[in-house]
Amino acid sequence: MAHEQHNYLNHQKGIWSWLTTLDHKRIGIMYFIAIMSFFFLGGVFALLVRAELFTPGKTLFSADVYNRMMTYHGAIMVFMVIVPGIPAIFGNFVLPIMIGAKDVAFPRLNLMSWYMLMIGAAITGSTLFLENVDTGWTFYTPYSSIKTGMGVIPMVLGVFIIGFSSILTGLNFIVTTHKLRAPGMTMNRIPLMVWALYSTAILQVLATPVLAITLLLLIAEKTLGVGIFDPQLGGDPVLFQHFFWFYSHPAVYIMILPAMGVISELVATYSRKIIFGYTAIAYSSLAIAGVSFLVWGHHMFVSGQSEFAGVLFSFITMLVGVPTAIKLFNWIATMYKGSIRLDAPMLFAIGFMFLFTIGGLTGVYLASTGMDVHFHDTYFVVAHFHYVMVGGTLMALMGALIYWFPKVTGKIYSDLLGRISWVFIFSGFNVTFFPQFILGNMGMPRRYYDYLPTFTELNQMSTFGSWLIGTGFLVGLFGVFHALMKGKEAGNNPFGGKTLEWTIPSPPPHENFDKTPVLTGGPYEYR
Amino acid sequence: MNWFSFITATSFMPVPATKESGDVDNLYIFLLVSGLISFIILIGGMVIFIFKYRRKTEDQKSAYITHNTLAEFLWSFIPFVIMMIIFAWGWSVFHDLRRVGEKGDVEVHVTARQWAWTFKYANDIEINSPSDKKLVENDPDSTLLKPEVVVVPVGKTIRFILTSDDVLHSFYVPAFRNKMDAVPGRRTTFTFTPIEKGDFTVFCTEYCGTKHSNMMATIRVVDGEQFALWQSEKLAGMAGASNKGPAERGEALFKGSLGCSGCHSIDGSRIVGPTFKGLYGNKRDFADGSSVVADDAYIKQSILVPTAKIVAGFPPAMSSFQGRIKEDEIKDIIEFIKTLK
Ligand code: HEM
Ligand SMILES: [Cu+2]
Repeated sequence: MAHEQHNYLNHQKGIWSWLTTLDHKRIGIMYFIAIMSFFFLGGVFALLVRAELFTPGKTLFSADVYNRMMTYHGAIMVFMVIVPGIPAIFGNFVLPIMIGAKDVAFPRLNLMSWYMLMIGAAITGSTLFLENVDTGWTFYTPYSSIKTGMGVIPMVLGVFIIGFSSILTGLNFIVTTHKLRAPGMTMNRIPLMVWALYSTAILQVLATPVLAITLLLLIAEKTLGVGIFDPQLGGDPVLFQHFFWFYSHPAVYIMILPAMGVISELVATYSRKIIFGYTAIAYSSLAIAGVSFLVWGHHMFVSGQSEFAGVLFSFITMLVGVPTAIKLFNWIATMYKGSIRLDAPMLFAIGFMFLFTIGGLTGVYLASTGMDVHFHDTYFVVAHFHYVMVGGTLMALMGALIYWFPKVTGKIYSDLLGRISWVFIFSGFNVTFFPQFILGNMGMPRRYYDYLPTFTELNQMSTFGSWLIGTGFLVGLFGVFHALMKGKEAGNNPFGGKTLEWTIPSPPPHENFDKTPVLTGGPYEYR
Repeated sequence: MNWFSFITATSFMPVPATKESGDVDNLYIFLLVSGLISFIILIGGMVIFIFKYRRKTEDQKSAYITHNTLAEFLWSFIPFVIMMIIFAWGWSVFHDLRRVGEKGDVEVHVTARQWAWTFKYANDIEINSPSDKKLVENDPDSTLLKPEVVVVPVGKTIRFILTSDDVLHSFYVPAFRNKMDAVPGRRTTFTFTPIEKGDFTVFCTEYCGTKHSNMMATIRVVDGEQFALWQSEKLAGMAGASNKGPAERGEALFKGSLGCSGCHSIDGSRIVGPTFKGLYGNKRDFADGSSVVADDAYIKQSILVPTAKIVAGFPPAMSSFQGRIKEDEIKDIIEFIKTLK
């Protein structure tokens, strides 16, 4: 190209133009930088936690230091990485373009969400220097309210603010999806990524306030001595668990639904085939979102809640399994008679399906009351949720990164580096977390600083695997810099995608579309 | 049957030691086999498609299939049926594990506290676990303490009535496939019928602070006569203990039912709280800058209102023993502390 093309990246210049930008694409990039920094920090904590568990007894740190690292690892990964991850980064970037809009409905609110995430993260992070927290990311009372330091207060205050960031993003996405679709883009023609983000947004708006209230009550008890959760003050310690999981169970779907959206896009594009069962995938997202509000009690089968409650929650939980299984079948059916290319993003999509299937099936074990009694709070659970959340969400995040990288930057991400990264992450992941299923069978409880010598070999395997994962992500990060420096020019549609973002230049112009597009059919019309 | 238990991965589980645990393992086998079949169908199908429909030429076309109602019905309905089976089976196993309200042949009150279990039999026999001896003796880095032994008879219904003095704990015996939270201010029950003799480890599975991983006990299942013998030995030991001097009684309280040794050493080393070696008659510096010479009044206050004076460099982690300790027990403990020069 002879002359510099006009796009959103060079539309305005200087750091200030970024910090005050109202462009959803730039905000997406700002989220990317912020969240990847948190991810790095959480990853370092993960590696340290695993290093400590390399041998029984004290390996590197004291028990108190271990408990803190375990807490920060969990809290950072959940509240600052996986929950905002895909919606805030990729949702922001592609959602408006995919529906043919110029921006989100409330650009200022969008920028404000980013600042709230930053402020919340700063407050939570400040406890690392003031008073470390050792409650675990679940902050269970009465340990958090009476038996540990005051650092819990800024910690949950930060999480509270991060929660508002999440609510605002969700609100923005809901309104955007309803109001800003291009002519001809009916609800049954929006890409599945948008359906996933839309369902997620509903969860964010409805569930997160419960977390916010819970954390405020915890602060009230800790500072003012109001008896809510502490039995010594007449409170109910199990009430906290009800509140907490009323948010946190839907939250696991906040984490995974956007990933499912990404997978739908990747499978369609790299199989070059119309998606199988569009309506089933779209509405199963909504079904999952709805039912996930009614299953929180499956985290509490052994908390002393009544047997009847346990059985009821078990039943409803089984119902969530069905739409989840439907999605897997649909993706695989999409590959049937397709024209499949195993580029790096497709490898990540396949990795997702592999890991997510294992995570999902072991979820059925845990949903079955009689079985869960044995596995609850053991390493089996640690393995299960890492398979779903990390195996699922992070695989999708990497796939999304490589897939949309050309659109965002105009440069192609090296497929070779993507594949190398995949090999390390995928194999390392199984080496890390599969042994934890067996540890759970053997009865090793989670959040353990020290363990019986019989658990040693499996823990060592797991620690070794964590180094492979670490390497894989470093390769992935290197790929980003490599592509920015040396990447090939992308062109509008390097992978043959059918959704609207592939019809505009890469990087897109400031307002996405020169002419508002008009839709005449659904997405994924590969004929 | 060994190859079978290996293939079904039940060999990784501890031997099923109670009547209920065999049923859990059968459910596990069903879950594993049905899960493996589902996995093979899903992932196997995916792998076949990847190879069969690989893009060979750049202009290769794909089929245009939007949906197939029969296939979609089947793959929704069949998983639903399997999940309902797993649900119902899980429920029936769960019902046997819970048995709320059923009285045991042997009843033991179990109190959890950071970081120890107290087992109290109807005849006042009391066991505190873990002990203050190391579990792995030759490893200086090991933090695990040797679990104390709690004895129960084989073939009888045993009911443990759980509660907690401070935070949430959870009573877990992998060999029994059973677990129950110990909740402050509530009673929960853990009922089981042992069918295997032997030693079985108890873990705490609800995160409860610094020494969470150290909260172990051993349940020893023996036959009826041995159980009776053990009980009478313990009762005789208790009778002997009341003839002891105050410092010895204090030592027993310190290491035993009050569980002070979980947080305070007597040899000068630092655990969670300050050591008691050389405490009596020496100066203590507090976090707020003040200090006193440790005397009877100071020790008593520290037991009853631990947060009144916080020793510099330690967290305010101790909870009050108000209501759990008698006046003369405090005197005994002070006598014991005096001996720790
Ligand atoms: C580099 C890969 C990772 C490794 C090696 C790793 C390892 C671990 C370990 C050893 C624990 C402690 C388990 C316990 O003691 O109970 C843990 C807990 C946890 N991890 Fe990861 N992890 C990794 C990545 C992630 C990611 C990306 C997430 C984001 C969702 C995540 C979420 C969690 C959560 C929520 C917990 C529970 C924390 C708690 O129980 O307080 N992990 N992880
Ligand atoms: Cu505990």
